[in-house]
Amino acid sequence: MTPQLLGQKPTRHGFGEGLVTLGERHSNVVVLGGDITGSVLTSMFKDKFPDRFFSIGIAEQNATTIATGLALSGKIPFFASYGAFCALRNADQLRISVAYNEANVKIGGGHAGISVGPDGATHQVLEEIAFLRTLPHMTLIVPADFEEARKATIAMGEMVGPAYIRFGRSPVPMFNTADSPFELGKAIQLTDGSDVALIACGSMVWECIRAAEELAKKGIKARVINVHTIKPFDVATVTAAARECGAIVTAEEHQVHAGLGGAVAEVTAKNAPVPIEFVGVKDSFGGSGEPEELMEYFGLTWKEVYASALVAMDRRDKGSSGTRAVRDVPQYTA
Amino acid sequence: MDIATKQSLDFNTTTFTNERREPAAFAAIANEIRRDIVRMLVRAGSGHSGGPLGSADIFAVLYFSGVMRYKPDNMQWPDRDRFVLSAGHMAPVMYAALANAGCYPKDEQATLRKYNTRLQGHPGRDMHLPGVETSSGSLGQGISIAVGMAMADKLLDRTDKRVFCLTGDGELQEGSVWEAAMSASHFKLDNFCWLIDNNDCQIDGRVPDVMNVYPIVDKCQSFGFDTIVVDGHDYADLLRGFDQFLANQAGGTGKPTAIIARTYMGHGVSFMNDKFEWHGKPPTQEQAIAALEELAQHP
Repeated sequence: MTPQLLGQKPTRHGFGEGLVTLGERHSNVVVLGGDITGSVLTSMFKDKFPDRFFSIGIAEQNATTIATGLALSGKIPFFASYGAFCALRNADQLRISVAYNEANVKIGGGHAGISVGPDGATHQVLEEIAFLRTLPHMTLIVPADFEEARKATIAMGEMVGPAYIRFGRSPVPMFNTADSPFELGKAIQLTDGSDVALIACGSMVWECIRAAEELAKKGIKARVINVHTIKPFDVATVTAAARECGAIVTAEEHQVHAGLGGAVAEVTAKNAPVPIEFVGVKDSFGGSGEPEELMEYFGLTWKEVYASALVAMDRRDKGSSGTRAVRDVPQYTA
Repeated sequence: MDIATKQSLDFNTTTFTNERREPAAFAAIANEIRRDIVRMLVRAGSGHSGGPLGSADIFAVLYFSGVMRYKPDNMQWPDRDRFVLSAGHMAPVMYAALANAGCYPKDEQATLRKYNTRLQGHPGRDMHLPGVETSSGSLGQGISIAVGMAMADKLLDRTDKRVFCLTGDGELQEGSVWEAAMSASHFKLDNFCWLIDNNDCQIDGRVPDVMNVYPIVDKCQSFGFDTIVVDGHDYADLLRGFDQFLANQAGGTGKPTAIIARTYMGHGVSFMNDKFEWHGKPPTQEQAIAALEELAQHP
């Protein structure tokens, strides 16, 4: 039942296609552009529904609050930009105007993670999961591939309340099909296994699938879980994984602090404390380079997941959730 | 405390209708709003006195001249015009206006800033006080929300609904205010009326000393607003401003309107008048009684 590689496509294309579907289904879906419409694919909606597209220019704070005004007028506004600008630059607007108002505002945050590539650190947002998952009323989705991004976009448009979807620039492996299950807030178990749980979101889900394949060669059965919805968090699925596997690796294209790994740690610390190893960017900024070389450099590949799984299992088997030797942490240098 | 003094601290049940009036007729409404502000703040023991008192005349005309169409018994009426208080700290004056319009019981004003109140320290939409269209308090955001509302009304729903928004003048230091202003004229929102309470005071001092925002008129004009300067304590002048907004909308000028209302912080209470020190504090009981006595002399 291991998911199969079906090709490569950026998740942002799923966002763009999902928006068009929403536009066809709902006449009150409107889209705000932040000048980079071709990059975050709101251009697809703009081309099809020009009367429901508004260019706001390079003004993310204004776009976020204009979206609030539209939402408070019965519209379903989407605003998309790069996550650095539409999750963090406008953080106060998201907090007060969107979340506190429970305004039905939808944000699409592109250029997530270091797989952005050559644009470098300023545009590689690695911190927004941490912020967004602390906002009351916010729904936060991190789809793993094109098809999941498409479904998630439609789902967030058809739910009521503030929601944010995180997507990437570069092509990532596709393994979901139109028939794959997707339900907001419900994590997806992709492989069976109770030796170790590999819990991931976004582009790291596929890396976990690959790691599970490699672990299987050693007779280790890993349970891969795709937590596409970071908030609301699927406590039951993650708690069960902790209880049944006893060791966890989290993997995300985000800072290791306060992101998916943080969410898993919070939940398991309360419900089922087990050793956890965290795969992610380790308290550093990104940098320029090709996506593949950056993912390699920052330890965001199946190899890091694989190694971390062995460490987590070792900690479990030694009956201690104590510390391991601090390994060399890759630091980016120009 | 004698009975008359004690009664002056209590809320009454007087309400006012929203209709075209002679300028002089707004004085009694503004006076009642001011007294309610004092009554609210002295009970709360914290909050902003200066801005609410200084803008009471603006609110008297905004809510009680017929320029803003709403139904006090149904503030969710879909065809209503909307008001957004971008300067959220001025909540007491909006709460007093809504109470005096009959949108909610006047004695509920006594709960300002108390636990579980609908009259939150800064407006909170989650508490569902009738007439509070949005939460606000982080300056510079309300005006963008108002622009979004005006876009929905004019560009998407194609109605003649109006959106009013009040910012302070210190608030103009928030850069996003000008992002909103840019988009109001970009989208030709002649259904949008921006009120600037220009009292020249903010919490740290005089506005030009803290960070100069002048010339405000030139800025508004260059951002594409039909810009009118009025005496914010002169009802005829305020009506002139609102009438020009209505004419702009009716004429389809495609230009948003900015009404810059020159006011004095704390106006109506002589010991607060034009003193920035009264931006963010309530009166003591003695000060409240003195204020109410003074206001009672000019009903």
